[in-house]
Amino acid sequence: MGNLETDAAAPFEQSYATTNGNGKPANPAMEEEEDHETLMQRKFSAPAYTEIKTRKNAAKVSSAHRLKNIANGGYHPAKQLHLNGHAKTAVSDREFKSSQADGVLSPEQEHYQKSSFEEVPLHTACLTYLGFYLLMILGYINQLLFVPKVAKEKGRDGYVALYDAFESFYSRYVYRRIRDCWNRPICSVPGDELTLKDRVTNDYGWSFKFTGTQTRCLNLGSYNYLGFASSTGTCADNSEATARQLGLAYCSSRSELGETQLLADLERQTARYFGVEDAIVFGMGFATNALNLPSLLSPGCLVVSDEKNHASIILGLRLSGATIKVFKHNNMRDLDRVLRQAVVYGNPKAGGKPWKKIMIIVEGVFSMEGSIVRLPEVIALKKKYKAYLYLDEAHSVGAMGPNGGGVTDYFRADAKDVDILMGTFTKSFGSAGGYIAGSKKLIDFLRANSHAHCYASSISPPIAQQIYTSMRIIMGEDGTDIGRQKINQLARNARYFRKRLAQIGVITYGHEDSPVVPMLVYLFSKIGAVVRTLTTRHIAVVGAGFPATPIMEGRIRFCLSAAHTKEQLDYALDVIDEISDDFGLKYSRKPKDLNPIEY
Amino acid sequence: MVAIQLFNEIGSIFLNTPTFALVLEALLLLSVIWLVLHKRGSGRRRYTKEEEDYLIEQYEPEPLVTETDPGHPLLRKRLVQSRVGKQIVVDGHDCLNLGSHNYLGLLEDETILEDACKSLRKYGVGSCGPRGFYGTMDVHLELEDRIAKFMGLEEAIVYSYGFSTVASAIPAYAKRGDIVFVDESVNFAIQKGLDASRSTIMFFKHNDVNDLERLLAEQEKRDQKNPKKAAKTRRFLVVEGIYLNTGEICPLPELVELRKKYKLRMFVDESVSFGTLGKTGHGVTEHFNVDLDEIDLISASMEGAMATIGGFCVGSHFIAEHQRLSGLGYIFSASLPPMLAQAAISALDRFEREPKIFAELQEKARLVQQKFGLFSKLILRGNELSPVKHLYLSQSLGENFEAERKLLTEVADKCISRGVAVVEAAYLQNIERKPVRPSLRIAVSRLLDEADVVRAYDIIESVSNEVL
Ligand SMILES: Cc1ncc(COP(=O)(O)O)c(C=O)c1O
Repeated sequence: MGNLETDAAAPFEQSYATTNGNGKPANPAMEEEEDHETLMQRKFSAPAYTEIKTRKNAAKVSSAHRLKNIANGGYHPAKQLHLNGHAKTAVSDREFKSSQADGVLSPEQEHYQKSSFEEVPLHTACLTYLGFYLLMILGYINQLLFVPKVAKEKGRDGYVALYDAFESFYSRYVYRRIRDCWNRPICSVPGDELTLKDRVTNDYGWSFKFTGTQTRCLNLGSYNYLGFASSTGTCADNSEATARQLGLAYCSSRSELGETQLLADLERQTARYFGVEDAIVFGMGFATNALNLPSLLSPGCLVVSDEKNHASIILGLRLSGATIKVFKHNNMRDLDRVLRQAVVYGNPKAGGKPWKKIMIIVEGVFSMEGSIVRLPEVIALKKKYKAYLYLDEAHSVGAMGPNGGGVTDYFRADAKDVDILMGTFTKSFGSAGGYIAGSKKLIDFLRANSHAHCYASSISPPIAQQIYTSMRIIMGEDGTDIGRQKINQLARNARYFRKRLAQIGVITYGHEDSPVVPMLVYLFSKIGAVVRTLTTRHIAVVGAGFPATPIMEGRIRFCLSAAHTKEQLDYALDVIDEISDDFGLKYSRKPKDLNPIEY
Repeated sequence: MVAIQLFNEIGSIFLNTPTFALVLEALLLLSVIWLVLHKRGSGRRRYTKEEEDYLIEQYEPEPLVTETDPGHPLLRKRLVQSRVGKQIVVDGHDCLNLGSHNYLGLLEDETILEDACKSLRKYGVGSCGPRGFYGTMDVHLELEDRIAKFMGLEEAIVYSYGFSTVASAIPAYAKRGDIVFVDESVNFAIQKGLDASRSTIMFFKHNDVNDLERLLAEQEKRDQKNPKKAAKTRRFLVVEGIYLNTGEICPLPELVELRKKYKLRMFVDESVSFGTLGKTGHGVTEHFNVDLDEIDLISASMEGAMATIGGFCVGSHFIAEHQRLSGLGYIFSASLPPMLAQAAISALDRFEREPKIFAELQEKARLVQQKFGLFSKLILRGNELSPVKHLYLSQSLGENFEAERKLLTEVADKCISRGVAVVEAAYLQNIERKPVRPSLRIAVSRLLDEADVVRAYDIIESVSNEVL
């Protein structure tokens, strides 16, 4: 059945087999027996994860056959020995061509053409709801019959219960069933691959024990977009040197004794990166949102916020006391409607007086949706209604645009049209922290009023150094084109992976150029099944379900990285193809492009 | 068939209902309809498209930010130009360091640095993901384990930033409708945590147990009036072990008595007191010999005594585990860079290996207390054991905090140029719950010796005599 696509891709895999970089002779026929052997052993090394088998699947092909099939690609996470990080480059000399700004389509048409979205099939929706309620009912019965194995509060008899009953019920009886799919400990660099520290549960997820074994997995879960997570190479070397020179911390806030040349340089570099006047950096991305929004907004201001905005933004807005209106995710018509009403009718609490300020808050790439903000249209609306624009580029800085400049770069928009450019250093830069960039007036205001600048501790020197070095590499100021190669590699990986997924027939959300790829599995239990099964195949992915997503839209999220090679992606895609047959994930009813996808 | 039955049923309902009830219900229905329509109709005048466009044209928002005075105190920078330790180079002056919160001097511990660098070589710098999504490394688990063991409690949870630790922990438990009793001098992070919780906040006077009891008694009266509501209202007590803003120690035993009497749950922020108070550095509970079961949750930043970045909460399994699903800063942020987590583990190693460092620090704190109490133009505040102390102008300028701050900045600048790094504590006065009286915040380091303290005293004394 599902072999059509695999076959089609075979000539490509072979052509790559000679350059697969693991130093093994590219002679699959000779190695077949051994491959199979070692793979089976490897699987044994991961006793913590159980492959979920459907009857159909068991009857169809033996597991040995399947493994052989996939091993043909030449890559397997458990066999690879190469070092992590960007020492390894697998970029062909062909420059990646962006299809942006062809100038033929309106931004709106272009958006729809490039975004994938499909309505959930009706019977799947019904099943999902049913499945979910079934889980709840089972949980309820479970709660009636068995005493939960959870700690009780001691010495607080007669106190008002500390937790909301539904919340505890949900986490005990629904979430617990697939709890092993999150918070999995790793013991390596979160690079293109990672090493899981295996754990098992003998009591259905109440508790875990380590088995002492480890499993090497292809990493499709970390936010390592440009592949800067590395324990070797320039970045790590520089960070270590800085740690030795300046120590690990300042034990002070920026405004007392935490100001250094390194941070001043980093701020200047950040401003240059975006082509704006000034920038300010903080030690944590979450705090950048939560502790700066309150100084920019006050009661009497209106915030028009995308419904899928990140928790840190929502917390910042809550602390600011501003009025919040939500518009539908990336829906420009709805944004227009909300803005129009706001400007025309003013603040109802103040008798219709005009709002002091109106601020639109959006993200560059939405981490659960995989969508890219429709920036040109947002900028047009912002200008029309004289609103201010706050853009959170946590997932897009570095990862989007021909120069890694984020969505403004991607859409070739003027960065100065965005009033507040916010982002984090946690993802593409492989470090930690956040920044805000913009006009000098804005940044000076923040230096004088930002909660984080005044009270929170200054960035640790090696962490700041990692940002500085990686930023210079992305900008090409280190004298190499490693940065550009990484950007190209990521862009190609994203496109290729999405196209192949579409060919496989699963439903994905989001924009074709977005490195975050959510694959819809809908049912709550399928999240667990897919994550676990992929782990047995040495692929680490992230699942997301209620309450992070709507009940109906359970999903698996892949995060692509410039560190991934085509062989790695092919390996993952072949496995996904196969398991989506087993699990019935091929929900898509769109016509498939049967031609081989060009990398 | 069914329809007819239903019709009959409805008919009989109408027949059996008293007329006045029917009339009442009809009225109710009418008023609902009226309300709905009314809101649509008169609350908001409808505009034509042209009118709307005109209004949009006319709309003039306030500027995004106001102009900032270039002389704003927070805009001027003091550049730190060396590794921070007992000595620090500030703006080119090599100074004795009385400003960095490096209480135990662990920033200068080479073993910790080596361990951290080794960790960098194993995990890289960033963790590239939140704890849930492959951002949990074995060092994080080890650190949590070690903190819990060190404190003798069941579970610890590590955050990636000190500020976000307590600011996330409070709203994980306290929700809208709950009541939180808080000391009025709590630090800014706690204040933000309280804001985020949207609970009712009752501030009692700084370290004043009687005032707290008065508030509690008042609340009890209110509860008696509305027992239904009271049965659903959680109550919390939030204090600091040593107050960052005053240097005072909280009266823990008395607070615990009240906690028991009024059935409060108690959170203690030990950002300053962890690793500084008690014989083995366990903090304020050890200092007062209070049973840890009396405290529901302890939180602390690791940016003080432990000399790294991040923070943790520690408590019983029942309490701490909850934050893994509801501590916002825990779930929605990348985990602590592994090398900094390793630094915290190595700091704990040192705590356990060399418990005498705590006594040494306390002795230095006492020494500074004795000496710095003698300034002729400055008065000292803070407990003698506290590594954080405040120097205020002895001649208060009344409510004119800005003038006081200016003078103190001048003192600090001159001290730095003469070789003693002291800084005025930075506050956003207009955002703090109540303006905080400006002060020089002194952070005592274990590595100071008597000669250092005397020298610092002499310089500060002579500078303050010049300036004030
Ligand atoms: C949109 C957005 N903003 C902010 C953050 C927080 O960044 P950090 O992990 O650096 O705290 C995230 C992280 O997940 C994010 O997705």
